[in-house]
Amino acid sequence: MIIDQHISQRIDELRPQFPTEQALLLPLLHEIQAKEGWISKEAMKEAASFLHLPVARVEEVVSFYTMYNRKPVGKQHVQICTNIACYLRGADHLLQCLEKRLGIHEGETTADGKYTLTAVECLAACGTAPVVQVNNDYHENLDEKSLNQLMDRLDKELLDG
Amino acid sequence: MAEVLLTRHNGAKDSHTLAFYKSVGGYAALDQALNMAPDAVIDEVKKSNLRGRGGAGFPTGMKWSFMPKNPVDAQGNPKPKYLVCNADEGEPGTFKDRLLLTQHPHMLIEGMVIAAHAIGASQGYIYVRGEFYHEIQILNAAIKEARAAGILGKSVRGRSWKFDIEVYRGAGAYICGEETALLSSLEGRRGEPRLKPPFPAQVGAFGMPSCVNNVETFCAVPTIIKDGAAKFAAIGTERSGGTRLFCVSGHVVKPGVYELPINMNLKDLIAHCGGVPGGRSVKAVIPGGASAPMLRADEIDVAMDFDSLAKAGTMAGSGGVIVIDDQTCIVEAAARLLKFYEHESCGQCSQCREGSHWLARMFNRIEAGQGTTEDLDKIAQICGNMAGQTICAFADAVTGPALSTIRKFRAEFEEHVRLGRCPSKPEHYVRPHDHHASARL
Ligand SMILES: Cc1cc2nc3c(=O)[nH]c(=O)nc-3n(C[C@H](O)[C@H](O)[C@H](O)COP(=O)(O)O)c2cc1C
Ligand code: SF4
Ligand code: FES
Repeated sequence: MIIDQHISQRIDELRPQFPTEQALLLPLLHEIQAKEGWISKEAMKEAASFLHLPVARVEEVVSFYTMYNRKPVGKQHVQICTNIACYLRGADHLLQCLEKRLGIHEGETTADGKYTLTAVECLAACGTAPVVQVNNDYHENLDEKSLNQLMDRLDKELLDG
Repeated sequence: MAEVLLTRHNGAKDSHTLAFYKSVGGYAALDQALNMAPDAVIDEVKKSNLRGRGGAGFPTGMKWSFMPKNPVDAQGNPKPKYLVCNADEGEPGTFKDRLLLTQHPHMLIEGMVIAAHAIGASQGYIYVRGEFYHEIQILNAAIKEARAAGILGKSVRGRSWKFDIEVYRGAGAYICGEETALLSSLEGRRGEPRLKPPFPAQVGAFGMPSCVNNVETFCAVPTIIKDGAAKFAAIGTERSGGTRLFCVSGHVVKPGVYELPINMNLKDLIAHCGGVPGGRSVKAVIPGGASAPMLRADEIDVAMDFDSLAKAGTMAGSGGVIVIDDQTCIVEAAARLLKFYEHESCGQCSQCREGSHWLARMFNRIEAGQGTTEDLDKIAQICGNMAGQTICAFADAVTGPALSTIRKFRAEFEEHVRLGRCPSKPEHYVRPHDHHASARL
């Protein structure tokens, strides 16, 4: 069971504030992804039966939103903004540094499953560009040096488990 | 310099807590507003000349007055009314709502409770972009404090009126900032815009009358009630009152959020941010978020209120000022913007889906030195087929960067065509492999 007691409890807490079951779908998918790291076909089926929705309804929602991962991602999901403000302040160079350091292209996951690298659109932190989001955390005002320091820290976190 | 109304306590320790907010006079405006008739609150907001800070600049008091008074369904039962806060903050160049959410969440809550009283709403939702994980934690903590203090919940401030707020987390889709797409998303669906009319005031969230406002719009409400509409209206212009949170990014010495009179001069604003670094100069400025047509350096001596920028052929939009220096290739910058729109079109309207795809491809091709003079002429034609032809204003937004760059910097485009490469790059420059582009082409 992907939707465990913890998740169903969280959704039950939200239920009174929303007039429909379907409104709980985005929160439910967030909960599932927080637990699993991605949203599998199995998870979509469970979500559908949990909210009494057709599976197709769930699939069309999952595929619409970029934050829902439809395949597993690395333990550290490194998302670099390459939109206008970050681009003006050197994001393309940082993306190249990341590709080189991780030995993968944007959109890929390292063979050891540790890192996924994604180029994303504006993260609403343009005043502190360039910006990289790793899992839930923003890292702002980066340059090559501070980016490498960040990556060293992430490497170490992974080693320490 | 005029007074700072919203961000006076920026950076103060614990500014996000209820205790701090109360210690600086927070929630006094709420008690004042609750002692006023709802219509009197709306009148006060009208008098303040507050215009929506989300992008379109619609007068806030007027929007509130469009909400039906006692809506009933076919059976004659009263319909609930919803108040929705747009905290999707997706317009590239915009990052002020994030500051308000993290530093002043109680100001937002207070503004929303006052608005809910004015329009008679029983439930509020704050739709926050999904990436704002920590911002959502702070906001939820503030809501919890407000519930415990009797500001939200079954009996607001001891009255027989229930109003509560729930945070709804988006999941990464720029289009969900468009209000009808936001409502679709809030209902747990794909974030696809809906045709207007009906407007949200008639058929909004869950089919009920709803009012959608931006974070900053709500945050301006407490000061208007507490210090009076006249004081707010005295700042700015006759048709647009108050201060605005300008987000300055790109090539300036001190990027950041600056709260200044809404009719601040753009050139002065850039100087206020330390100007362009490294002794370089301004080439272009996007004055109101990515969708706003670019201004050339010789066009930036202009006031930034909604009407002045509209007169200058662009828009004040979301208040995101992106400064581009003279070393930047404008074709590449435009190509970058169009790639964004291609990625974010929801795809419902063929003009928008196809148009943004073609524009992204063409700008990319021209930048790479593979464009033709025909391409340059075709841009305006494609844009003509998009603007005003679609379900939502996204398609118009796409034409902002596309048309303004080709019109105002045509010589730079022509040079790319003539040289067969980007003049600002070394002669045998090899572009890094663009995976998105290769997947598309
Ligand atoms: C494509 C598009 C994206 C938008 N994105 C946002 C956004 O991120 N935040 C926002 O507040 N308004 C956004 N808007 C404007 C909203 O549709 C709406 O006008 C606004 O939330 C109303 O609030 P206001 O009256 O307080 O400005 C967007 C509009 C369009 C057409
Ligand atoms: S204009 Fe574009 S974004 Fe708006 S509804 Fe049509 S396809 Fe979707
Ligand atoms: S452009 Fe990168 S955060 Fe906005």
